[in-house]
Amino acid sequence: MSLSENQVSQIAHLACLSLNEAQLKDNTQNLNAIFSLVEQLANIDTDGVEPMFHPLHMLQRLREDVVSEKEQLALFQSIAPEIRNGYYLVPTVIK
Amino acid sequence: MEWETIIGLEIHVQLNTKSKIFSSALTKYGKRPNSQACAVDLGLPGVLPVLNVEAVNKAIRFGVAINAHINKRNVFDRKNYFYPDLPKGYQISQMDWPIVGKGKIEIILGSQTKVIGITRAHLEEDAGKSIHDMFDNNTAIDLNRAGIPLLEIVSEPDMRSAKEAVAYTKKIHTLVQYIDICDGNMQEGSFRCDANISIRPKGQKELSTRAELKNINSFKFLERAINFEVRRQKDILEEGEKVVQETRLYDSVKNETRSMRLKEETNDYRYFPDPDLLPVEISNELLEKVKQTLPELPDQKKIRFVAELGLSEYDADVLTSQKSLADYFEVMLENNIVNTKLCANWVMGELSAALNKHQIDIQNSPITAQALLLLISRISDDTISVKTAKDVFKYMWDSKNSADEIIRVKGLKQMTNISEIEVIIEQVIANNTLQVSQFKLGNNKILGFFIGKIMKLASGKVNPKQVNELLRKKLL
Repeated sequence: MSLSENQVSQIAHLACLSLNEAQLKDNTQNLNAIFSLVEQLANIDTDGVEPMFHPLHMLQRLREDVVSEKEQLALFQSIAPEIRNGYYLVPTVIK
Repeated sequence: MEWETIIGLEIHVQLNTKSKIFSSALTKYGKRPNSQACAVDLGLPGVLPVLNVEAVNKAIRFGVAINAHINKRNVFDRKNYFYPDLPKGYQISQMDWPIVGKGKIEIILGSQTKVIGITRAHLEEDAGKSIHDMFDNNTAIDLNRAGIPLLEIVSEPDMRSAKEAVAYTKKIHTLVQYIDICDGNMQEGSFRCDANISIRPKGQKELSTRAELKNINSFKFLERAINFEVRRQKDILEEGEKVVQETRLYDSVKNETRSMRLKEETNDYRYFPDPDLLPVEISNELLEKVKQTLPELPDQKKIRFVAELGLSEYDADVLTSQKSLADYFEVMLENNIVNTKLCANWVMGELSAALNKHQIDIQNSPITAQALLLLISRISDDTISVKTAKDVFKYMWDSKNSADEIIRVKGLKQMTNISEIEVIIEQVIANNTLQVSQFKLGNNKILGFFIGKIMKLASGKVNPKQVNELLRKKLL
């Protein structure tokens, strides 16, 4: 499997990354090199092998449904670029 | 050309846990903006999501209630997209291994039943709220909702009309309240619905291009939005044009749907397993425990109401359509097995009408189930007539006094002394000799005239059936 420069450019766009020509070439090459490395896995016979859900052989620990967070609005908003009446402000999304 | 409508629904159910799905922040509605958004909900660096056991339990409850396959091992993934009310840049959801797999739901339309397939139901976190019209030049973000647990219930494209879609949605709405996993409040957004709609020439096998409708927050709007969208797509196809796959917003004021984005990009969320969360395993013991604690479901209750209480299918359907309504009715039946039908009639009639008129939920009814039962028992023991009972009901509603209190203070008790009633009857007969002779000539309809006069003279405090009998004896 390999990606074209077009596909890499599309993924970069979705991830909000801007790549110049040189970076696009570079990234495409690097990504394809990684894919060919990973592709070796396809040669392994996995019949009867249970799919791995996570590299750690552990299960998710669950939390009791208890509210323990205290309100820290002032602290959190002290590092926000712009706030008003308790809201976080961002540039207008929809006109 | 004859067209067939194809509808699939995605229902977002906010699970009624105390804390959020991955953080220990409060989930209350209507709090001061951002006051219950903690570091985890804000997606600050260094935080770790920890799954809420109740969110898992409630998802399993739903799965068990619809006889669905439960994936004993399920996995959380990241769904990546950028939007200001999603501070992490991804939503934690479940893609390949949802907690609830295939199941089904039966809906009733008139005399027909239809099975609607459920593809899956997965756990995810809700996003925050963007408010676009509060400030000029800015969108305001409230992250109180961010991290509230959602169960997204995805149906098969099995529905063929807006009516079927509404019946299905109502069924799910009732069910999630019965099994106590959601408060069902649509105004507050606890229960939201997106509809995927396409149409195809009748007989065609493959599905056509669909549009997804968002922003539907009532059953009425769901029906209208679908009907509008079906008409829109028909017009497009009949003109020889093509339907574009897109997300459309339903505008309830204008009753139309319109495209949400100018430049439609194919959604590519680049899902991958969330490395912060380990796979969840559901033990057989937990599954058994959930099965055993599941309450009576609406369908079971309905069957019981018909079989054991002798109610009609229709009555049983209405009374079980809301859990709170069924609860009220059942409290009335606790110490009473005689007046079942009368209780059903009053709950569905006078009480429901009054609640509707005053826009009050039955849980907050000024007349409790016990109070209404007392009133009804005063009809069946002939203390008051049905007509008087309706007046007493109004007094009860306004004053919160008991039926007995009102009957006593207002002197509404029916006359039971026959000789007293006979005196009134004789008086009416003596004053209306013309009508008496008409009756004697065979005009039976004139009886109503006498009964009216007698009721009036007795201020309604006589039993019409009893008056009828006594009157006939006197006239003959």
